[in-house]
Amino acid sequence: MTLRDVVITGVGAVTPLGVGARALHERWTAGACGIRDGEAPCADFTVTDHLTIKEARRADRSTQLAITAGDEALAEAGWTDELPYDSELIGCVLGTGIGGIETLESNHDSLRDTGPGAVSALAVPLMMSNAGSAALSLRHGLRGPVFSVVSACAAGSHAIGTALRMIQHGEAEAMVTGGAEAPLTPLSRAAFGKMNALSESGVSRPFDARRDGFVMGEGAGVLVLENGDSARARGARILGTLRGYGSTGDAHHITAPHKEGRGGARAMTIAIGDAGLTPADVDYINAHGTSTQLNDRAETLALKLALGDRAGQIPVSSTKSAIGHLLGAAGAVEAVATILALRDRIAPPTIGWEEPDEGLDLDYVPGTAQPLAMSNGRPPVALSNSFGFGGHNATLCLQAV
Amino acid sequence: MATKTTPQDIETTVMEALAKFGADPDVLTREATLEEVDVDSLDLVELTQVVEDEYDIDLENADFKKVKTVGDVIDLVVERVG
Repeated sequence: MTLRDVVITGVGAVTPLGVGARALHERWTAGACGIRDGEAPCADFTVTDHLTIKEARRADRSTQLAITAGDEALAEAGWTDELPYDSELIGCVLGTGIGGIETLESNHDSLRDTGPGAVSALAVPLMMSNAGSAALSLRHGLRGPVFSVVSACAAGSHAIGTALRMIQHGEAEAMVTGGAEAPLTPLSRAAFGKMNALSESGVSRPFDARRDGFVMGEGAGVLVLENGDSARARGARILGTLRGYGSTGDAHHITAPHKEGRGGARAMTIAIGDAGLTPADVDYINAHGTSTQLNDRAETLALKLALGDRAGQIPVSSTKSAIGHLLGAAGAVEAVATILALRDRIAPPTIGWEEPDEGLDLDYVPGTAQPLAMSNGRPPVALSNSFGFGGHNATLCLQAV
Repeated sequence: MATKTTPQDIETTVMEALAKFGADPDVLTREATLEEVDVDSLDLVELTQVVEDEYDIDLENADFKKVKTVGDVIDLVVERVG
């Protein structure tokens, strides 16, 4: 069976660098950082600029971010006036780590302070982890496969990989996919803080010797994927190709990655093979790069394991140096950033990287963006890694056009 | 309640609640149907919470069966408050 090729025709993002995928790409590439006071909120996002009062009231903040990023992605794909395919052949898979935790917490406050009668009738539809995909389906009339996936900080990449498979296997002509997270709440801060996952210095500096944990952020990333033949037939503008996907489990520890990065390495190897490529074809790595001691060491080892000598020859940078860690949205936002970087043939920087750590000796693109060196005449290829608590590993393989 | 609730008070409470839920103020009149002001079953559950708290009454889903317009909703609450 020959699998169909899958192209990206629209991207959207709401991130700590602003509203819009271009804000993310251009500001990160220019070295801007959206972290303030140790967190990375979407400070430029005003919900009423994008949603009606009713729409906003019917959505947790995480879903509000997803809807806004989705509107941008669909507009770019040229879907605004009319869906290009039968609505039953367009689905939506979004990822989230936690779901509507802001809604959960505020309703728990009401329950504790006032009683069961004070809990909102909207609590369930707002906090359910599938609220994002449901909202995009409702908003755009998507009647194909619609659901959300939950795999902590790998969820965004798992969602996109799942959507890829649905088009490859003919379950859908097109998919709206990505991830959203709005975890800047008291419980979530306290909980991640207790497990010493958060940076005490409030600085996200992946792969630097001084890294001391991740900086939590919020946001959403959405991509429109289409069956390549159908997209070309309708004259769509194609941003890039989603070439491959690999997904593995560590079966090692509930939070720590495998010390040698074996699970992560396998995800990369599978993604490269799924794309029909070899390590020599990979030109750029968008790393998971959380700025935790454990991840950045294990990921460096995983890259060496999967790519061999090639790991030391190509740029490896982390979007989290600019926007912190968006948990279940991270993989989606990073896929958006990766495809735009490939389009511009550039490797955006790992902001704040200054001090090398022993054994962490790859080219982490310190300080300023680098032009991507092309290994041969074809459009550049990148891997985007996402690893989640629970030992979930997901890698996407993307190529420019 | 210290002072007697008037039907006008109830109308104000209901109208304010529906506006807060996102109903378009330009079409929000007594005569408008719930469909016209985009008020659905979830909005009615929320409205029930508001008026139950405000007037110490009990309303069930079934009470809304015959309700068609915004005025019907107001009249229902007025009747229960008595």
